[in-house]
Amino acid sequence: MQETYNYKVVRQFSIMTVVWGIVGMLVGVIIASQLAWPGLNFDVPWLTFSRLRPLHTNAVIFAFGGSALFATSYYIVQRTCHAKLFAPRLAAFTFWGWQLVIVLAAVTLPLGYSTAKEYAELEWPIDILITLVWVSYAIVFFGTIVKRKVKHIYVANWFLGSFILTVAVLHLGNSAALPVSLLGMKSYSAYAGVQDAMVQWWYGHNAVGFLLTAGFLGMMYYFMPKAAGRPVYSYRLSVVHFWALAFTYIWAGPHHLIYTALPDWTQSLGMIMSLILLAPSWGGMINGIMTLSGAWDKLRTDPILKFLVVAISFYGMSTFEGPMMAIKTVNALSHYTDWTIGHVHAGALGWVAMITIGSMYFLIPRLFGKTEMYSTRLIEIHFWVSALGVVLYIAAMWISGVMQGLMWRATNSDGTLTYSFIESVAAMHPFYVTRTIGGLVFLSGMFLMAYNVWKTVTADDASPVDAIIPEPAY
Amino acid sequence: MPEYSLMSDFSSPLWAWFIFIVTVGGIFWCFYLLMSQTKLLTKEEGNKIQVTGHKWDEDIEELNTPIPRWWMQMFIATNIFALVYLVLYPGSAIFDGVLGWSQVGQYNTEMKVAEKKYGAQYARYLQQDIAELATNNEALKTGGRLFSTYCTQCHGTDAGGGPSFPNLRDTHWLWGGKPEQISQTINAGRRGTMPAWGAVLGKSGVKDVTAYVLSLSGRKTAGDLKIGKQKFEQLCIGCHTAEGTGNIALGAPDLTDKSWLYGSSHRSIAKSISEGRNGNMPAFGNFLGKSKTHLLAAYVYSLSRTD
Repeated sequence: MQETYNYKVVRQFSIMTVVWGIVGMLVGVIIASQLAWPGLNFDVPWLTFSRLRPLHTNAVIFAFGGSALFATSYYIVQRTCHAKLFAPRLAAFTFWGWQLVIVLAAVTLPLGYSTAKEYAELEWPIDILITLVWVSYAIVFFGTIVKRKVKHIYVANWFLGSFILTVAVLHLGNSAALPVSLLGMKSYSAYAGVQDAMVQWWYGHNAVGFLLTAGFLGMMYYFMPKAAGRPVYSYRLSVVHFWALAFTYIWAGPHHLIYTALPDWTQSLGMIMSLILLAPSWGGMINGIMTLSGAWDKLRTDPILKFLVVAISFYGMSTFEGPMMAIKTVNALSHYTDWTIGHVHAGALGWVAMITIGSMYFLIPRLFGKTEMYSTRLIEIHFWVSALGVVLYIAAMWISGVMQGLMWRATNSDGTLTYSFIESVAAMHPFYVTRTIGGLVFLSGMFLMAYNVWKTVTADDASPVDAIIPEPAY
Repeated sequence: MPEYSLMSDFSSPLWAWFIFIVTVGGIFWCFYLLMSQTKLLTKEEGNKIQVTGHKWDEDIEELNTPIPRWWMQMFIATNIFALVYLVLYPGSAIFDGVLGWSQVGQYNTEMKVAEKKYGAQYARYLQQDIAELATNNEALKTGGRLFSTYCTQCHGTDAGGGPSFPNLRDTHWLWGGKPEQISQTINAGRRGTMPAWGAVLGKSGVKDVTAYVLSLSGRKTAGDLKIGKQKFEQLCIGCHTAEGTGNIALGAPDLTDKSWLYGSSHRSIAKSISEGRNGNMPAFGNFLGKSKTHLLAAYVYSLSRTD
């Protein structure tokens, strides 16, 4: 019998990607509604914005995005190394361990257990579990790279490898804390004051840079050429932009702390590194979009390609917007406003979710012995629904954000502020309603996806088969 | 090297050099990466681009397309911008930049400009006393704007207050409603402390005192008024006085009126007695400066004027 790939863990993570996508976005819609209509927390402590917001961000980034990265990286590393996954039991542990982390997060965050570190709110016992899962992940991934039957390591794996390594360093660095209680789930950060803030945003920005960017670029570098049936546009560009991105991202974190207690020089450094980051980021966009050149006609008929191309476009837009917002004078207007939220969601919905959705539509049928999803028409509808949802969301936040920034700085002829804070809050209401609708529209697309996936994997001719490992091409 | 620019946990100057070398070295590393790709994409070359010869997963190949010229130029431009910025502005702990810019400097400059522009106007108001300003519409307009920026978060946009935040439009003053008293409250802040008597009074004692306190404003509730009065005279009159009319020197509320800072319900009053209360009005004197608190005092004073 010929050796097959290990698709089991890929299947598990893929299905959970859809499930956690719905959960994470649903919580997002709930908290968006609470911002528009504050009474919707019903005065129940565990339904308040402050507790559900970290649940939303953790669910979307680590449950949805994390599961998507586990699924695709295990698939990509096997397929492009022509090797079965290294340490399959450890791989199974990463699945169950990661699901446990997610469930623990879903319980502890609404109960109010939090380190109060953004995107790293989980308390120390869960942090330890994350570390165990992540080390196992690294062993499985790099073990498979070592086992590879082709000489060259495919570009997707560089990005995935850098994502796995860097997230490990970030998690250990930022979560360093002194535990004071096990059952009370309480710890104190190893850092204090502005150092704590700096470490937090070194972590926070690189969670964006390596998990949400490098990881998903790895996804893009596999599924784009596969779906387009075209070679990657430029090998040279991939080398240059990979190394430039890997170096530069690490230094961009201070742009989250412009005009704060952070020393001037640290702020400046964060700003210039963010500007330098523009070109390396766009390298990925060029490589993604140009891979389609010569096959543009496929965009008309293949909604999966639509998802991938629009995702890359949003990636390009967000990575232009980000460096602009890092400029001190722009940041003075944009900081603390909804513009930031709009920017994040251009990335999270436009880039991360759409590249994931496109990749999953390509991947899931192949994991069940099929070549296509149950309904291409539903994918097409899902695409337009998603696009509409993102546009509503980010347009509302742009307008609201710029309006907030301008209202906060407007002054009267006697030097006093023109608007009180509550007036700016009142002015945001229509945009908060629009944002909620945008989120709801995007979420409804996820239900279409769930239905389509369900019909695909439960079809008569669908079965969980592991593909035979083909001989390398040379 | 200016000492203040280092972080307290990373006080060794070696860190400054470490970061300087890595960051500036990194910018040159980006240059090096770019220079390694001297073959740029031109129109003529566009036609004869080859694949690299690598192949993965049956059909993934890579073209050896040279790097687009515009991308390369953009990358070089941002690198040059970064280096120039590092010369002009503080960008490392070892060099503050030739322009001498700092964020605190920028703040001071902006404040100086504002002082020049608006200072005279506020200085003029400072010459007048609060009662006089309270009749000056121009001054009240500015005072009201200051109020909506700094005071509405607690006292409400209509200055009507809310649970634990005093209503500023009525005539019930915790710390006195004369201009100089209001000014003192705004400038130096106030701390109103009601001690917790639950342990001393016990459950039934709290009930009785609550009944007595409510009776002072003509309300009736379950509880022994006689015992309540007795306990009240033992424990409460030091601050609230024997008549229960309060004492503005201590911020002790008048219990005979119908104004209740923490809510008028029986439950809320019983809670005040058994668990105590801590009211905190922050001091705005150092933060806003004399002329602005002066205007605020006039505005607040004007709210409860009846004439």
